[in-house]
Amino acid sequence: MEKPLTQHIVPGRAPLSLKEYEQVGGYQSVRKILKEMTPQEVQALVKESDLKGRGGAGFNTGLKWSFVPMGPDAATPKYLVANADEMEPGTFKDRVLLEGNPHQLIEGMIVAAYAIQASISYVFLRWAYKVAAREITKAIQEAYDAGYLGQNILGSGFNLDMHLHTGVGRYMCGEETALLNALEGKRANPRAKPPFPQVSGLFGKPTIVNNVETLCCLPHIVNNGAEWFKKLGLTADAGTKLFGVSGRVKTPGCWELPMGTTIREILEDYAGGMQDGYLFRGLLPGGASTDFLVEEHLDLPMDYPSIQAAGSRMGTGTMIIMDDQTCPVGFTLNLQHFFAQESCGFCTPCREGLPWVEKILLAIDKGEGKPEHLLTLDFHTKYLGPGNTFCALAPGAMEPLQSALKYFREDFERHIHEHHCPWSKAKAWQPSI
Amino acid sequence: MLTAEEKHQIDHEISLVPAPKNACIEALKIVQHSHGWISDESLKDVADYVGMSPAELDSVATFYNLIFRRPVGRHVILLCDSISCYVMGYETIKEALHEKLNIQYGQTTADGRFTLLPNCCLGTCDCAPALMIDNDLYRNLTVEQLDEILNKYT
Ligand SMILES: Cc1cc2nc3c(=O)[nH]c(=O)nc-3n(C[C@H](O)[C@H](O)[C@H](O)COP(=O)(O)O)c2cc1C
Ligand code: SF4
Ligand code: FES
Repeated sequence: MEKPLTQHIVPGRAPLSLKEYEQVGGYQSVRKILKEMTPQEVQALVKESDLKGRGGAGFNTGLKWSFVPMGPDAATPKYLVANADEMEPGTFKDRVLLEGNPHQLIEGMIVAAYAIQASISYVFLRWAYKVAAREITKAIQEAYDAGYLGQNILGSGFNLDMHLHTGVGRYMCGEETALLNALEGKRANPRAKPPFPQVSGLFGKPTIVNNVETLCCLPHIVNNGAEWFKKLGLTADAGTKLFGVSGRVKTPGCWELPMGTTIREILEDYAGGMQDGYLFRGLLPGGASTDFLVEEHLDLPMDYPSIQAAGSRMGTGTMIIMDDQTCPVGFTLNLQHFFAQESCGFCTPCREGLPWVEKILLAIDKGEGKPEHLLTLDFHTKYLGPGNTFCALAPGAMEPLQSALKYFREDFERHIHEHHCPWSKAKAWQPSI
Repeated sequence: MLTAEEKHQIDHEISLVPAPKNACIEALKIVQHSHGWISDESLKDVADYVGMSPAELDSVATFYNLIFRRPVGRHVILLCDSISCYVMGYETIKEALHEKLNIQYGQTTADGRFTLLPNCCLGTCDCAPALMIDNDLYRNLTVEQLDEILNKYT
């Protein structure tokens, strides 16, 4: 099985130095595009490969780039940003790539920057990733020293600077327009679109924000071609994907597998199945802002259309497992606490609605719930849903809530009728502060 | 007063952006690095230096979870309270920490050694529960390990 993204990552070992990376073919894609391809050809190749953004939304990467103004009249400088914020609970895939092979990310960023003719690039890294910060700093310096970054790269006339920017902790910094505000030294509130960042982004200049995993795919697409990339997937979706599993499974972890691998295979063959004494009840397929899937969905392939057809989203592809000894109300409450706390407060439905949802869930969890509370929660899933708030944070928060109310409604009702949490083990979730 | 070294570092950040105020978060990070937190006085110094009003800078500072506008202990413990750590029983770790340190979330131990804060997902959910102390990440935590971990910090 081909694992292009993780082939050179050995857990517990330092990442490849630039020399070692070059010996296994590193930076060949940069040499190739600078010598043989126009930016438009790189864009077309990536579009043709059907690479979909791995940051959660799954939009075709080449198509996204094609909205950047090109040619001599385009505004300068243009920017490329690697989104390495990764604060979505349950998500830990980019960390593997950042810590394991920073040169692969830098190489991917050079490819992307060349494709849109950006001359300044940033890695927007979350604060908690200390090991990644150290490795990336080292790798950027090595890349400068070797002439892959800076002025007149490999004598091609192409220039690219790269900076590491570490965030100071806020989930919103992952949202692409809020990220740009954070980089500009502002509160990380999202921006109104249009104008889209491709046209007016960082400091008002054309900007592309791409997820780390998306960028790491690029060198391999350039080296091996669009057809090769498409064929890596088992179903209609192209490429491999980093899938992760956390929760009460025997061997939680993160694996690079073909797109379209079934959930059951990931859970059983890679995560080792449930721990002894625990039964499977449900899972969030791709981070905290995706809808629950249950037993009947286990044979679904993990790809964008299949998971969407089942009423959820692939999201980040890192699954969170809910076992039979975890209270679904407590589980949902924990998620809503996170979203309420991380709401940027910019628009009223989200700022007011999420704490309300949290409060109701806390009441239900403590045995103080009333039957009408379920109606109020249903109401929120509609009015905080897509189209009613300024950005996707609140609709994302509603995904696990609406599906918990659908699949685990009986558990919610029992809390209300029995006036206590039926899970003796689980103590009521305590809001932090 | 900003030190010469702080000014030097802030100047470098300013050189990378179109306007000095674009570097304000970096400037706050630099000052927090040397003082541990951002006092009203530091806030005013940074604001003056990058050309913002203190109120404007405060609105940025208070937006971010890891800019501290209140004093913290010599070491900050960030305990992950997000979903995978919840499922894996982080609450027992939390209770043990409250008990051992005799503080609640948001408080600092009497000897000024630790501040305990909740933090969302540390991105190591496959090794839950997890916490960070300063720059050190601890994963697959059990209550039994806590004494040994805490003893490393003086
Ligand atoms: C609240 C919120 C947080 C997000 N956090 C991240 C993140 O940490 N990393 C990421 O790559 N994308 C994140 N996204 C998605 C980004 O907005 C954007 O779609 C993505 O970075 C685009 O990259 P891609 O096209 O390569 O997927 C987030 C979105 C929202 C609404
Ligand atoms: S939906 Fe929430 S996070 Fe998004 S802009 Fe509105 S308040 Fe901010
Ligand atoms: S949920 Fe605790 S590290 Fe991700």
